[in-house]
Amino acid sequence: MPAEPQTITSLATSLATRQVTASAVVDRCLEQIAQRDSTINAFITVMADDARQAARDADADIAAGRYLGPLHGVPISIKDLFDVRGTRTTAASRVRQNHRADTDAPTIARLRSAGAIIVGKTNLHEFALGTTNEESAFGPVHHPLDPNRSPGGSSGGSAASVLAEMAYASLGTDTGGSIRIPSAVCGLVGLKPAFRDITTRGCVPLSSSLDHVGPICRSVADARLLYDVLRDATPGSDPVSVDRPVRGMRLGILRGYFAALLDPQVASSFESASARVSDAGAVLDEVGIAHAGDIAPIYLHIALSEAAAFHARALDSRGEDYTPTVRQRLEMGRYILAEDYVRALRGRDVLRQEVNAALDGRDALLLPTVPVPATRLGATTMKVGTGEESVRNLTLRLTQLFNITGHPAITIPCGRTLEGLPIGAQLVGPRGSTRTLLDIAEALEPYLGPGVSR
Amino acid sequence: MTIKTWLDVSSQDAERRGLPAVKPLLEALARSTATLRTADWNFDATGEFDMPDPALPTDAR
Repeated sequence: MPAEPQTITSLATSLATRQVTASAVVDRCLEQIAQRDSTINAFITVMADDARQAARDADADIAAGRYLGPLHGVPISIKDLFDVRGTRTTAASRVRQNHRADTDAPTIARLRSAGAIIVGKTNLHEFALGTTNEESAFGPVHHPLDPNRSPGGSSGGSAASVLAEMAYASLGTDTGGSIRIPSAVCGLVGLKPAFRDITTRGCVPLSSSLDHVGPICRSVADARLLYDVLRDATPGSDPVSVDRPVRGMRLGILRGYFAALLDPQVASSFESASARVSDAGAVLDEVGIAHAGDIAPIYLHIALSEAAAFHARALDSRGEDYTPTVRQRLEMGRYILAEDYVRALRGRDVLRQEVNAALDGRDALLLPTVPVPATRLGATTMKVGTGEESVRNLTLRLTQLFNITGHPAITIPCGRTLEGLPIGAQLVGPRGSTRTLLDIAEALEPYLGPGVSR
Repeated sequence: MTIKTWLDVSSQDAERRGLPAVKPLLEALARSTATLRTADWNFDATGEFDMPDPALPTDAR
């Protein structure tokens, strides 16, 4: 039986004590890429030479007593929306295929300062505008557990690279669920921090008021480690982690809209996970969001208006260079009227107040992350319950609310389907309290269920 | 502008620009906009006006 993939937390001990070298760890990841990426297509740019040199430097530094901490010598992949100096930032689009970054995005600089080693830049849904990773100038990404399925998106290459052991973690972005969706369907942990916790500078935007940056990794402890390196820290504001007992923890289970369209195996896994959390002593009750039916229209009008504004010039000059579906969706955004955009902003305030109210007196909200397991490549609709639903609408259905409101959210593996496809549960915390959410998630992680990578 | 007028004008413009594939998307957007416009939280200039404080960034509210 193959060994379980290591978390960063466990690898760090071996690296710090020199039981393993960074060079050996990087070589293993590069071997995985060489062996499997012709099938998976997770990477747009592999930085093998740079990674090997960085590993040799890390080994020399660690041997000389200059250990930088738990990310030192750890291979990380980067969604190809972030500027990494000396590489192109394609956003998986022909529109940007000749771009070359002169400097690192601040998040990349922070990862490097902590000693992380960048192994390459990962494939995504073009300009992050989609949840299946099928529309990319570099071809679709295939799920490592079933090449006929999507790894989710838009950070699909990132999640696939971690699941396939090509990297220990990946840096992704999440505008409607693009970290949490691929993390959930690949059996990983994915953190969308509170809005503006981590800078988006140096990262190609999709929708500036919905975009979030965060890690995709194998455990909540790894997510915390990466969050602490990536976040915009204010001097003197370092929060203290608190061990939170599950007994007495108050969790609101979102019902109504959030439970109305679930694949039966997702529903069953989620209910089992909730029961385990309850058995461990957490206090669960049901809660709703009164205007949940307005989430998708509010999201659509904000996301497409902001995306269209960013892309307008390129749509006029290089429209043919976009993939057809992404081009059409961006063009759709150019027709949204200002008054409807402002209505959507008003709706955002309403939803934010309702999520705040749902969290009042509770430590976190709990709901499934994605209503369905990994979808088949090529499918545009799928049957859930009695109706046929759009794959795009289904996959965004349970995540986009928290991009609208800015609340921190994290997905944790909570089970698998009979076919072995991973299922995720999502925890949502109070605004501005990402660190508290991580404490809660770490306490609940063993009860929610074993992930494929733990 | 009514949604019907908006949809007619937008569809004609998409056709004129050589983007007929956008038209079905505009029809879907029209349904979404209709939901947005009929939501009970919309402002009504003839009634209550509890506006958010514009001095605060959206994120701070």
